[in-house]
Amino acid sequence: MKFLPLLMEIMQLLLLLTAAPVFAGWVKMVKCWSQGRTSPSLLQPYRDIAKLFSKDVVLAENASWIFRFTPYIVFGATLLAGGIIPILSVDLPLSATADVIALVALFAIARFFTALAGMDIGTAFGGMGSSREMMIASLAEPAMLMAVFTMSLASKSTSLSQIAYVIANSNIHTVLKPSLAFAFLAFVMIAIAETGRIPVDNPATHLELTMIHEAMILEYSGRHLALIEWAGMMKLFLFMSLGAAAFFPWGIAGAGNMAAIPVALIYLIIKFAFAGVVLVLIETGLAKMRLFRVTEFLGAAFLLATLGMLAHFILE
Amino acid sequence: MDIQTTAQIINFLAAMVLLTAFGMLVQRRIYGLIHLFAWQGLFLSVSTAIVGYAAGRHHLYISAVLTLTLKVILLPYILNVLIHKLKIRKEIETVVNVPLTMLIGIALVIFSYSLTAPVREMSTLVTRSILAIALATVMIGLLMMITRRHAVTQIIGFLAMENGLFFAATSATYGMPLVVELGLFFAATSATYGMPLVVELGVAIDILIAAFIFGIFFFHINTTFDSLDVEQMARLKEGE
Repeated sequence: MKFLPLLMEIMQLLLLLTAAPVFAGWVKMVKCWSQGRTSPSLLQPYRDIAKLFSKDVVLAENASWIFRFTPYIVFGATLLAGGIIPILSVDLPLSATADVIALVALFAIARFFTALAGMDIGTAFGGMGSSREMMIASLAEPAMLMAVFTMSLASKSTSLSQIAYVIANSNIHTVLKPSLAFAFLAFVMIAIAETGRIPVDNPATHLELTMIHEAMILEYSGRHLALIEWAGMMKLFLFMSLGAAAFFPWGIAGAGNMAAIPVALIYLIIKFAFAGVVLVLIETGLAKMRLFRVTEFLGAAFLLATLGMLAHFILE
Repeated sequence: MDIQTTAQIINFLAAMVLLTAFGMLVQRRIYGLIHLFAWQGLFLSVSTAIVGYAAGRHHLYISAVLTLTLKVILLPYILNVLIHKLKIRKEIETVVNVPLTMLIGIALVIFSYSLTAPVREMSTLVTRSILAIALATVMIGLLMMITRRHAVTQIIGFLAMENGLFFAATSATYGMPLVVELGLFFAATSATYGMPLVVELGVAIDILIAAFIFGIFFFHINTTFDSLDVEQMARLKEGE
């Protein structure tokens, strides 16, 4: 393996680990501003994670190995997903081994183990959270795959590096395709559902009637919780960078082009700052949906993704 | 504008027309439905104007202006007034649940695509692919009329169907009598270069008058049955 792509890969993983909490802090900050509150600092998520790492783990007596392993599996799967998505550069060695379908599967593994761990302890909340999460997953994943297929139809590849490269180097006629617009809308809706944001789930609540993701990880503490929270922030970051790579890849560094990395970083910061604002606008603009409306929400996402695919065949 | 850009913009507008058709199919609130209908009219009007510009058929500008005044401003206004006067507030009941309706809608799009595929092969127009979208819009309008219980939503479904026909006639077939070959019931009105202006004016006025008649009907249905739910009309006697 060549040295340069490897370096790129390591840089990207480090960026993911460090920037994900900052992005989570940024979203929180913009949200506070939009609601007229004083916001915690951008580095607050770091402090939260550090605090959790220094605390002891409290394990339930009947917790099995699944419960203890899940945080590491979730963290590992999310980190691996970060190795596939081109964030700074399209030149990633891991991106050649796993395409966007494998990416969906990686997120599915993390979710599967989280759901298992939720049921492992045997508390009512855990089981409830798991069943809700699985319901959402069963609707979100087909829609996600459909959106992914539409993206890959436009660039004729399921490799994310290839998708980002084709879109970044195409003229205006490729970019203004209706199929991509549909796929993007679908993707935004799926990303909201997958990362557990309002209107599907509220990451800031522990209200028993509404929580989904929080209900599954309610029993976690200490370093386990820290890993899961960190993985959650990384997942949000990854979905944003997936959207950026597939639909707005401009500024991303080409293969073997180290000099373009600083520029790519600046582009990335601008894109993410903007994405955070959009996310907050969606979150403050909408109320959380009733659980049974989520099927319609994700059904609409599936519809949009399918329409995107049909639009590709009908109109392009 | 070169021909590719024009075709792309028209295709994009076609996609938006289809999207608004689906939006109407899943929309539960009646005001939202009317807004979507107005948006669909707007996309239609803009795409008609662009087709007119690209194909050099200037009478299409008149169609575009007609669509704009009629379907974007006048009809939504009439419907709004109707709803206000009839005091319809509650969410719309659907016969089939929304996700299933969406799936049927997707199936209809695929069906229209396969139905118009031979025409697409034969045609040389830049806008030839729009015929599938127009047919799908017609079918989705029909589906909306079938799946909704409320008389007002059924009428909006009818108007959306008409939008699809208009789209087929102006955008998809501005240079060829393709629609005639399809043998659809609107074939008579869609002549060679879009609809002839006289026919088009006639259709426009038809729609307007239809809207007025629907309005009067709604009042009568409402006073007779105390509701605009068409399920009520399935019974002959009261209090069964």
